[in-house]
Amino acid sequence: MTEIIKFELDQDGVALLTMDLPGKSMNIISAQLLDELESMVTRIAEDDAIKGAVIASGKVGSFVAGADLDMLLSWTDKLEDGTPEDLFNAAFRMNDLLRKMETCGKPIAAAINGLALGGGLEICLACHYRVVADNPKITLGFPEVMVGLLPGAGGTQRLPRLMGVQAALPFLLQGKNMNPKNALANNVVHEVAPLEEIIDKAKAWITGGGKAVQPWDVKRFKVPGGQGAFNPGIAQTFMGAQAMVQKETKGNYPAAVAILSCVYEGHQLPMDTAIRIESKYFATLLMGDVAPNMIRTLFVNKQAAEKGIRRPKDVPAMKTKKLGMLGAGMMGAGIAFVSAMAGIEVVLLDREQEFADKGKAYSEGLLAKRVKRKKMTQEKADGILALITPTTDYADLKGCDLIIEAVLEDVAVKADVTAKVEAVVGTDCIYASNTSTLPITELAKASRDENQFIGIHFFSPVDKMPLVEIIMGDKTNDLALAKALDYVKQIRKTPIVVNDSRGFYTSRCFSTYVMEALNMIAEGITPALIENSGSFAGMAVGPLAVGDEVSLELSYHVGQATKKALGDAYVVQPADGVVEKLYLELGRKGKKNGKGLYDYPEGGEKHLWPGLAEHFPAAENQPTSEEVTKRLLYRQAIEVIRCFEEGVFQAPEDADIGAIFGWGFAPWTGGPLSMVDTIGVKKFAAECDRLAQAYGAGFAVPKMLRDKAEKGENFYS
Amino acid sequence: MTEAYIYDYVKTPRGRGKANGSLHEVTPIDLLTQILKALKDRSEFDPALVEEIITGVVAPVAEQGSVIPRFAGIQAGYGHSVPGVQLNRFCSSGLVAVNYAAARVMSGMSDLVIGSGVEAMSRVPMGSDGGAWAVDPQTSSEIGFAPQGVGADLMGNLYGFSREDCDAFAIQSQQRAKAAWDKGYFEKSLVAIKDKLGMTVLDHDEHMRPEATLEALGGLKPSFADYGAFGFDSIALQRYPHIEKVTHIHHAGNASGIVDGSAGMLIGTREMGETLGLKPRAKIVAFADIGSEPVVMLDGPGRSAQKALKRAGMTTSDIDLWEINEAFAAVSLRFMQELDLDSSNVNVNGGAIAMGHPLGATGIMILGTALEELERTGKSTALASLCVGGGMATATIIERV
Repeated sequence: MTEIIKFELDQDGVALLTMDLPGKSMNIISAQLLDELESMVTRIAEDDAIKGAVIASGKVGSFVAGADLDMLLSWTDKLEDGTPEDLFNAAFRMNDLLRKMETCGKPIAAAINGLALGGGLEICLACHYRVVADNPKITLGFPEVMVGLLPGAGGTQRLPRLMGVQAALPFLLQGKNMNPKNALANNVVHEVAPLEEIIDKAKAWITGGGKAVQPWDVKRFKVPGGQGAFNPGIAQTFMGAQAMVQKETKGNYPAAVAILSCVYEGHQLPMDTAIRIESKYFATLLMGDVAPNMIRTLFVNKQAAEKGIRRPKDVPAMKTKKLGMLGAGMMGAGIAFVSAMAGIEVVLLDREQEFADKGKAYSEGLLAKRVKRKKMTQEKADGILALITPTTDYADLKGCDLIIEAVLEDVAVKADVTAKVEAVVGTDCIYASNTSTLPITELAKASRDENQFIGIHFFSPVDKMPLVEIIMGDKTNDLALAKALDYVKQIRKTPIVVNDSRGFYTSRCFSTYVMEALNMIAEGITPALIENSGSFAGMAVGPLAVGDEVSLELSYHVGQATKKALGDAYVVQPADGVVEKLYLELGRKGKKNGKGLYDYPEGGEKHLWPGLAEHFPAAENQPTSEEVTKRLLYRQAIEVIRCFEEGVFQAPEDADIGAIFGWGFAPWTGGPLSMVDTIGVKKFAAECDRLAQAYGAGFAVPKMLRDKAEKGENFYS
Repeated sequence: MTEAYIYDYVKTPRGRGKANGSLHEVTPIDLLTQILKALKDRSEFDPALVEEIITGVVAPVAEQGSVIPRFAGIQAGYGHSVPGVQLNRFCSSGLVAVNYAAARVMSGMSDLVIGSGVEAMSRVPMGSDGGAWAVDPQTSSEIGFAPQGVGADLMGNLYGFSREDCDAFAIQSQQRAKAAWDKGYFEKSLVAIKDKLGMTVLDHDEHMRPEATLEALGGLKPSFADYGAFGFDSIALQRYPHIEKVTHIHHAGNASGIVDGSAGMLIGTREMGETLGLKPRAKIVAFADIGSEPVVMLDGPGRSAQKALKRAGMTTSDIDLWEINEAFAAVSLRFMQELDLDSSNVNVNGGAIAMGHPLGATGIMILGTALEELERTGKSTALASLCVGGGMATATIIERV
């Protein structure tokens, strides 16, 4: 095996340990890296000729990006034939090693040349001295919480001991990053220096007599800002932090509480005991379902999607150079912005010059904000803005290699636009529609080449929403898919690939969330219980609030269109009556006219419309919140499984990524299919049978689910 | 079972629980010592006959720590032979001290016991003793913690009491307390606190605001809205998801006052009373403690009352007079609603909203107030109850003899 850490001893007796993981652009912490570090720490401790050591990175612009999450996932396998103790031992390995390093008796310094995240930052904190390069873009932080974990190699112990308990909590609980300047101010690094000097500065600290003792190993050490349960400030901090955590997590993310406990219990203990406590909590997270599910979907699979796992391999790279954006409305303007940000030339076309200009002004506004916040120079902003050409003239589309259409949702209007575009652009240009409702196969019929027609479905607001749903029409070819995926990569969003069908994947499944809530309204379940339960489920927004956001008017029209299209196959549900009553009879359109399921008093906070109780009287027996939560989550999952069965998507990974990033499905689950696997396919199917009996056909178990339940199969193999 | 009788009841006036309060200069052990002395001097019994001094203290740390009754008893002249024990059940500690004193008597293990309580809130602030529930992340996440005021507000929301209802109740408390003081109803048990020179430090409750009006209360800012927004409302909703949001209705004017004070009761067997030549004033008929849901935490008194009534073989109609600690207006309103009581015989001489709530002592004070009111009006039975943090409650029934 090629070595990861290079060991060089200079004439002053200072060892330079350079981490350089072969074949990768960044260092990640693997078992091999830890093995090598361990033997070097032993050597440094034992060899009298070695005075001390500097740990550095051989990668350009980065120190260590964190731990290998696949390695962490593999530890959970230990549980299958092992014990929690085995998992603890695996988790404690790095903690123990870093503790050995900081107590080895020789001074060790970190020369931090670039980003140091998670385990990377933990290595730094276990060094006695830290020098970081003076590049403000360098990020130091603990992102573990975002994948359901905690910094498990002393991060929850050393950070609070360096910067104080209260100050450290946001970095641990929210995964907030710090730059070199903040790090110096917070006592997290000792020195900021030009990149080319950091190793020399680190060595100079050692040769200058740097002590091999951490502050917390000095007698009478006190945590800055106070410590211990007797300290009223500490008590207040944890009381408040718990409230904040509960508000944010609704009890769905055990990592947050585990981090709090690591800090609370650990900061009162000597370091040797404290890191054992930390590793115990770390093991509990790996033993749970949330962290493995989150790691798989939010990290491993998301990254694979972004790297192009769905991309046809044999099609050469097809970077988009000039984009024709048809329609400068909210979506078009947003797409133009994210494209220009990626350096793509954009022709922004609309019926009237005024509309096209307005679309460009949207980018101008967003750029001005960035300049104002000093996130961008005026010069750069001007350059980006110059990439967007607003026009009404189809001739300007000449030379475009990708077209995205976001005009009125009307087949005839779209067909007309398609013809006008194709009269100008070359035959190799790929044509995409951003439609959210019309079948791609249907729209493709207006094209001269149905093979090069594809759906690229954005979410609003485009500059904020990370997901892009790529829709394959019946005849869409690999070339179009590769083009779409390469484009999504250029604009740095996360793609999923689905097949053509009514509502595609995300809109179709998402609507069940709202409709199930409205079914419950019809049953007389109190609106507050429904809304609270949606938020307890971990959904981004309560279902009734979402219903108002998308508007009851739109729900009504989509329902009518679906009814018309499906004919006798349309299954009427109680929610239909609720929509009709509110929108048709009472004129409550939703947020857009200030009255829907909520009231939106001017200048006041929105609140549930009291009239709901009149029109849908509360049932005498109200269900538990757990039951409501279950209905809301399970109903969506059933629809996802139906989509799978119908071939709307090909891979569970796409379904879970799309659910979380497309419509805000509860991230703690890892997505609806991960959730079903975690519950147990058989148990889930049985529960859906019960729900179908109680609440209707929406929960009817699809054949695919029934088969898997019978065969004992999971959605993820 | 031996019966337990109340032979005497004394209390200090309640001083504002702040640095500008009159009792701020008096140590908690001095408050308790003066109470124990008063019990001894008023009844002129041989203090060595007392077999236990039980004292409720809710923040039993610093100068209220280390078994305060042990040393207060010696200072008060009870001698070395009388032991002491300190207990804590948050707000009902004083009442529990009396109940446990009675329990010792009823069980036949003691003949003469003192139940007492003290809290110098200006000197040992509420919460000084820390604890796992609010602070330890494992405990608070599993059980659910929100400050009491958020629980009280939530209770108002759950049982339909508005801010206006609470304010009206508060005004009534102030007016009733003022009337009772004016007519001298509290004088019999009052032990004016004296200093080293024998000069009076305080001889009246100084927290009262008899001039308070509905209008003035209406202008006060809810005390727990900020806590709620910080995250505690969310914790409340997670336990009570059928309400849309927590509406904050309590403030300094319709919640109990923070004060310094102490109180004590002499409890003994009938025979011991006869030996000492003391006349029993009331019999302790029954008592009960219960646990309830910890987030709303304050809705237990009704159930504790029912439990005590059941044990006594009584119903609500057998009780002539009720005392429910006015920790927050909604607590008292809910108690009356739950037990279907008429406010004309509940807290007739005001309560903690007007006079204050010296945590460890309040239970004795409300039981004592009931006792004196029974004696004044010639009525027979009373029930006193307090809500307790963490989701508990205590109730005690007495009957005049």
